Amino acid sequence: MRTGISELAIRLRNREISAVELTKAYIDAIEKLNPTLNAYVHLTFDTALKAAEKADQMLKEDDAPLLCGIPMALKDNICTDGLTTTCCSKILKGFKPYHDATVWEKLKAHGAVLLGKTNMDEFAMGSTSETSCYGAPLNPRNTNYVTGGSSGGSAAAVCANLAVYSLGSDTGGSIRQPASFCGVVGLKPTYGAVSRYGLIAYGSSLDQIGPLTNSVKDAAIVFDAIKGGDKRDQTSVDYDYGSSLAECLDRDVKGMRIGVAEEFFNGINPEIKSKIEEAIKLFEINGAVIENIRLPALKLALPVYYIIACAEASSNLGRYDGIRYGYRTSFYTSIEDMIVKTRSEGFGDEVKRRIMLGTYVLSSGYYDAYYKKACLIREEINREFDAVFEKCDVLVAPTAPNTAFPLNYKGASPVEMYLSDICTVPVNIAGVPAISVPCGEDARGLPIGMQIIGRRFDEATVLQVAHFYEQIAGKVIGAYEGGAGI
Amino acid sequence: MNYEIVCGIETHIELATKTKIFCGCTTEFGGEPNTHCCPVCTGQPGSLPILNQKVVEYAIKAGLALNCKINTKSHMDRKNYVYPDLPKAYQISQYDEPLCEKGYIELDSGKRIGITRIHIEEDAGKLIHENGYTYIDYNRSGVPLIEIVSEPDISSAEEAKEYAEKLQLIMRYIGISDCKMQEGSMRCDVNLSLRKPGDPRFGVRTEIKNINSLSFIQKAVMAEAERQADILDAGGTIVQQTMRYDEGTNSTTPMRDKENSDDYRYFPDPDILRFSIDDEKVEEIRTSLPELPFDKLKRYVNVLGLPEATAKQISRYRKVAEFFEGALAEGASVKNTANLIVGTIFSNMDTEEEKELFAVRISAAQFAALVKLADEKKINIGFAQSTLQKMLESGKPVEEFIKPEDLVGISNEELESLCKEAVDANPKAVADVRSGKDKAINMLFGYIMKKTGGKADIRKAEVLLRKLIGQ
Repeated sequence: MRTGISELAIRLRNREISAVELTKAYIDAIEKLNPTLNAYVHLTFDTALKAAEKADQMLKEDDAPLLCGIPMALKDNICTDGLTTTCCSKILKGFKPYHDATVWEKLKAHGAVLLGKTNMDEFAMGSTSETSCYGAPLNPRNTNYVTGGSSGGSAAAVCANLAVYSLGSDTGGSIRQPASFCGVVGLKPTYGAVSRYGLIAYGSSLDQIGPLTNSVKDAAIVFDAIKGGDKRDQTSVDYDYGSSLAECLDRDVKGMRIGVAEEFFNGINPEIKSKIEEAIKLFEINGAVIENIRLPALKLALPVYYIIACAEASSNLGRYDGIRYGYRTSFYTSIEDMIVKTRSEGFGDEVKRRIMLGTYVLSSGYYDAYYKKACLIREEINREFDAVFEKCDVLVAPTAPNTAFPLNYKGASPVEMYLSDICTVPVNIAGVPAISVPCGEDARGLPIGMQIIGRRFDEATVLQVAHFYEQIAGKVIGAYEGGAGI
Repeated sequence: MNYEIVCGIETHIELATKTKIFCGCTTEFGGEPNTHCCPVCTGQPGSLPILNQKVVEYAIKAGLALNCKINTKSHMDRKNYVYPDLPKAYQISQYDEPLCEKGYIELDSGKRIGITRIHIEEDAGKLIHENGYTYIDYNRSGVPLIEIVSEPDISSAEEAKEYAEKLQLIMRYIGISDCKMQEGSMRCDVNLSLRKPGDPRFGVRTEIKNINSLSFIQKAVMAEAERQADILDAGGTIVQQTMRYDEGTNSTTPMRDKENSDDYRYFPDPDILRFSIDDEKVEEIRTSLPELPFDKLKRYVNVLGLPEATAKQISRYRKVAEFFEGALAEGASVKNTANLIVGTIFSNMDTEEEKELFAVRISAAQFAALVKLADEKKINIGFAQSTLQKMLESGKPVEEFIKPEDLVGISNEELESLCKEAVDANPKAVADVRSGKDKAINMLFGYIMKKTGGKADIRKAEVLLRKLIGQ
């Protein structure tokens, strides 16, 4: 098993290795592997080394934070003051924000060392990271396959040990699905648990930042550092989690009520289905009570998601007009012409598709039939989740109906691609927390992910169940060979 | 004109909060372009709005002052349209849940003009066209606005002007905006259509945008009504369009609409949570409201017994009314206080703005001290006026200008003997008055004033003098 954050923290404090040395090891690995894997799209080695030097100073103090001196990565849609942030879109080419995202501000205060910004689907729209304007990242487990998306680069960097941990964002599964495809852990926190300030918006009522890591414990450590209310994000909540979640991971599942909804298993690849069922068995053997429950509205989650996310996106992406920042077309005859050409040239097909969809569902005459109806169904889905969580402590489900797609998979139409989000989007609609943990491999050796879904602001139980599974199931998948070798 | 005017007015008012509606930037007018802005009000990727609670409070103040019902549950919507001065490509506004609804403004005639709604929203930036280029200044972007929409209850140009004037007065009074039309902190759009008297149906309306003075509102309504009447008289039809009023030619002309479509795709802004306002909060705001100018006017006339013209002049400006009421509270008389304000203090103030600001160098108490001397007839009104002027110029209290010996009035006997003295000492003047050169009496007045240091009651002296001269 790979060295976790707490072990690295001990080694840093024992002077077995310095933050600068650790950072250099990761820089070397990135220089060696990134040209192939394309996990990073912007490298920030200079600032990383400076941050590492500072971290080494901080580490001389007894109260240095756990994440001090640990090299990490941020998804390219998280704003970093003065450092290129593009959402992997041509339209934000060269954009350097004037502000830090709250999560990055917090991590910096912890002495985090940023190695670079990671690859992603353009504006986080996609399930393979192939819509990136920098080309797709490759799945380190098998480079003929995609990483998943949209936080594909964040998942690949952690999988290939090109970062100890990374942050991604999850609007409809964008942390959990690539975590599942790359065999790492991905946590989507409760909506409002982590500030969205500085996260470039896709679907504002669904977006949430979370960690991708090699272990549940690491995920808990990073979540501890980034969670909390923010006066710059009105939708954030200053929830009192009591104590550090990383320190309360050890909990037996005996007597715990684990819900299984058949709706999550419809149309799932049989190999995945059987692995998740094995895991459920394991929980049962260890004393958990398995509750078979129903979530009938789940079948509506996908259309609801695509209506709401696209509606919000069509409005959120209106600002990219070539006037203030980013890409601007070279030749134009008027301001209208400039805006039209800039957007036509700057956005990729998937982004355009979703902007058009969103514009359509908000248009007068269609609003009631689509957007308004979707909001009503969203409330119904929330009610169903609320009812289920009266009977269960967590739900267990597959993270995705399939393992990683081959690169440039031409078999899928956009709608088929959207279907691959079926297990993850209900979680965003309900705003509840969920984690994806590795749960074996398919016949091709590609990782499978299991999703554990909890009550709003009950990340503690979600992490405890995931940690329990990780401990008893062992690291069932082989670690990636290579990377920083730390 | 054989038509009836049907007119409604939409008014945008910039709120005088210190900071913008969704960020901490200053709302100060002017400033070098793009110096009063930040990631939030320039719509930088990743930035998020935080609703300024003062804006909500100010809008509720406006609603209460305009007799509106306050919606204690409300939310913000996004109004999507593309224009370079709108950095997010949507304006955060309110669509189907405005903060205030169903109010009215009462005109002097007693007619009520309904207020449909008041909602809060953000202002856009400003385009500056120079040397063939267009520049954008985002200083104004995110400045809080309220939009006040009236019912189409206005049926003449005079009513339109009066409505806007009253609205401006009330907003200034409750201190939520300076409502300077020339600086754009109050902007009016007038909707207007015509119909045959008695016809219950509305005609096709046009909208006259961005009228920037009260008198232009009246003129624009007249010009547009005439334009529409001419078309209708000639058997034509009115086209629904946006007009511009040109003060030079006193006419309205169609203007190109900046939005290419009317579909704003409103939807609730997911970045700002639905909010609710406690009933107690509304009551707290209600009790914090000052007495409004029209209520003051009524009280000044009915209770204090002031003539309406004087009462109007004083109640019109909040600071003047406060100064007036402050002096009364010190025990000064209504009549002398009012007359000295209108007669002497106002003569130092040429513009509406000066009266609005009412920057006087003496306190209401200092003013009252002077008025009371006149009330007690220790000094005459003329002397009070000249002393007040000196006080206003120097900012010094009344004791600086009136010595105790000045306060001893001239007794009737003294005055009589002084008058005799004056007649004896100025035989030529007396003869002149007798022969009809009435102005010559001033010579006698001058003599008496000089002898008494200006204290003598000149009207009394005149009566005595004329008796002595035999007129």
